[in-house]
Amino acid sequence: MEHILSDQHRLVKKTVQQFVKDTVKPRAKSIDESETFPHDTVESMREMGLFALPFEEIEGGAGGDTLSYAIAVMELSKACATTGVILSAHVSLCAAPISMWGTSYQKETFLRPLLSGESLGAFGLTEPNAGTDAGAQKTVAIDKGDSYQISGSKIFITNAGVADLYIISALTEPEKKHKGISLFIVEADRKGFSVGKKEMKLGIRGSSTRELILDKVNVPKENLLGKENKGFGMIMQILSGGRIGIAAQAVGICEGAIEEALEYTKERTQFGRPISSFQNTQFTLADLETKKEAAKGLLIKAALYKDQGRPYTKEAAMAKLYGAQCATEITQKALQLFGGYGYTREYDIERMMRDAKITEIYEGTNEAQKMVIAGSLLKEGTS
Amino acid sequence: MNIAVLVKQVPDTTEIKIDKETGALIRKGIPTITNPDDLTGVELALQLKETYGGNIHAFTMGPSSAKNMLRELYARGIDEATLLSDKAFAGSDTWATSHILASALKKHAFDLVIAGRQAIDGDTAQVGPQVAEFLKIPHVSYVDRVIDYNDGMLKVKKNEEHRMLTLNLPTPALITVLDEAAKPRYMNMFDIFRRSHLPLNQLTCDDLDVSLADIGIKGSPTKVKKTFNKSATQKQPKQTLNPEQAARTILDFIEAKGGQS
Repeated sequence: MEHILSDQHRLVKKTVQQFVKDTVKPRAKSIDESETFPHDTVESMREMGLFALPFEEIEGGAGGDTLSYAIAVMELSKACATTGVILSAHVSLCAAPISMWGTSYQKETFLRPLLSGESLGAFGLTEPNAGTDAGAQKTVAIDKGDSYQISGSKIFITNAGVADLYIISALTEPEKKHKGISLFIVEADRKGFSVGKKEMKLGIRGSSTRELILDKVNVPKENLLGKENKGFGMIMQILSGGRIGIAAQAVGICEGAIEEALEYTKERTQFGRPISSFQNTQFTLADLETKKEAAKGLLIKAALYKDQGRPYTKEAAMAKLYGAQCATEITQKALQLFGGYGYTREYDIERMMRDAKITEIYEGTNEAQKMVIAGSLLKEGTS
Repeated sequence: MNIAVLVKQVPDTTEIKIDKETGALIRKGIPTITNPDDLTGVELALQLKETYGGNIHAFTMGPSSAKNMLRELYARGIDEATLLSDKAFAGSDTWATSHILASALKKHAFDLVIAGRQAIDGDTAQVGPQVAEFLKIPHVSYVDRVIDYNDGMLKVKKNEEHRMLTLNLPTPALITVLDEAAKPRYMNMFDIFRRSHLPLNQLTCDDLDVSLADIGIKGSPTKVKKTFNKSATQKQPKQTLNPEQAARTILDFIEAKGGQS
C-alpha cells in the first residue's frame, strides 16, 4: 500500500498509529467488557481533527481525501473496531450527506460543528421491519406549513444516544413508498426525540447502538436535506460512501488479527519449537495475509475511484463484501492458531472475532452487497 | 519569543548496525524518525510559542531524506524549517556539526535555541552545548521544565539526577531538554494537509560562513578507531559488600590492572 501513499497519507497513518498505540489499544478490552462508549477517546479524536478528515477546508474540513479517511478508520480498527465505526458512522453517514447536499445554512449550522467534532453525528435509516428493504419504512414526516412533524422509530442506530445530530429518513408521501422518502437533519434535543433501549451485542460492544423514538418531532423546513421525496437515491449514495468506511474497518480488523497471530505464534512453543516454525502455521498465515492484501487492494481502489470522481458504487460494495468476509474468516483462523488460549479473554483475538461479524451485516449485508454488485455488472458489464 | 529548534533524523531502531570498515552507523534501509528528545524540544517550543508568541524555526543537518522529518514538523506546527545538506558535511563529528549548525543560526536572531538532550544513535549530548559555545551564548543542559520567561530572562529547572537546580538564564540562550520537559502532541489532520507541504529552506556549504577545514571528516577531531559490541567474557564471583567495602574492592581491582585510583 505504501507505494501509492502521498506524504500526507503517510503522516495521517503515522499519527493515528501513535494515537492507537497510546490510547486506543490500551482501552479496547475494557470498553468491550464494560460495553462503555469511549468518550475520552472520541475527545482526543476531535482534537486531532479526525472528524474533519475527508472534507474541504472551505466547509470546515481538514482538506484530506477518502483514502486518508480509510487509512484512519483502518488504523483505529486494527486495535479497536468500536473506535473505527464511531468515526465511520460520523463521517460517512452524517457529515458526508450534509457536505454533499446541504444548503449553505445547513453547512454553517450543522456541518461545521460536526467537522470540528463539537457535534457527533449518526444516521437513522433502519426500522424494525425495514432492513435491507429500506423502502418499507414506516416513519412519516407530515408537512405542517413551515415545519415537518416526524413520527416513527428506528433501530440498530450506531452512535445513538451519544450523537448530537441525526440524519433521519421519513416518508413525506407514504403512498409513493420508496419514491416518497425524504431526509431530515434532526437535533438530539428536539422535543419528542428520544433514544430507546441499548442493544446488547456480540461485538463492537463499546459502540452505542440504540433505538430512536420520534414522537411528533417538529423540525423546521430548513432541516430538509436535499429535495423532498428524493431520499431513496440519496440513501443509496450515503451507503455507498459508508461501505468504504466499513471496508476499512474490516481490513483493519484483518490486519490487527494477523499482527496478533504473528506475535503469538513466534512466542508459543510446542514440541520444542515456536509454532510459527510449523508448516501449518506458516501456510495459514500466508493465506490470511494474501486475502487481507487483496481486500485492502479493493478498498484502496474504491477510495481512489471516489476521490477521482469516478462512479464507485460497485467498487465500494466489492470492497465491503470481500473485506467483511475476510475479517470473519481471518479472525477465526487466527484464533485457531492460538488454540485454547485464543478462546479465553486473556487475548484480544476473541474480541476481534466477535467484532468482525458485524462488518458482514451493517450498512448492507453481504447479500445486499451482492445485489449491488450484480446489478451494476448486469447493467454495465465487467470492469 | 523567537525560537530555533535543532532536530536530527535518526534510525528507528535500538539495534544499531555498524559498518565494520568505517566504524560508522549503517543507515541504509532502516526507517527513520525524529530523534525523540528533539521532538520534545519541538513540543516545548510550540508550548512556549502558545504562551509567549513568536515563531519557531527548525534546523537539521542531514541528507535530503531529512525533508520528510521537516514536513512532519510543519504538520506539528513549526513556522519555518531549514535543511543543511552538502556532501562537504558528510562525516562531521559533533564538533564539526555544531560548527555548521551555529553558522546557520547566526544568520537569524533568536531568543532561544532548543535542542534535545542527546540523539539515540550517538548518545553524545554534545551538539547542543557546543552550538551554544560557537554562538557565544549561555546554555543549560538537562532542562526538565521551563518555568517562565520574563523580561528576557528564562527560568528553567535543570535535572542533575541527584539534585534539581532552578536557574535564571539571560536570553539569547540555548537549552537542551529531557523528555520530561514536554509530551509531544499528535499531528493534527488540519495541519497535515494545510502545512506539511510548506516550502523548506535548503542551505549548502556555500551559503554558510564556514571553512572546509572545519567541517566534514577533515574538520572532525573525533576519529573512530574501532566500534564493537562489548561482551562479558569473564565471569567474576559475585560478592555482597557494604558500599565502603565495594568501593575499596573496585579500587583495588583497578590498581591491580595497572590503573590509578
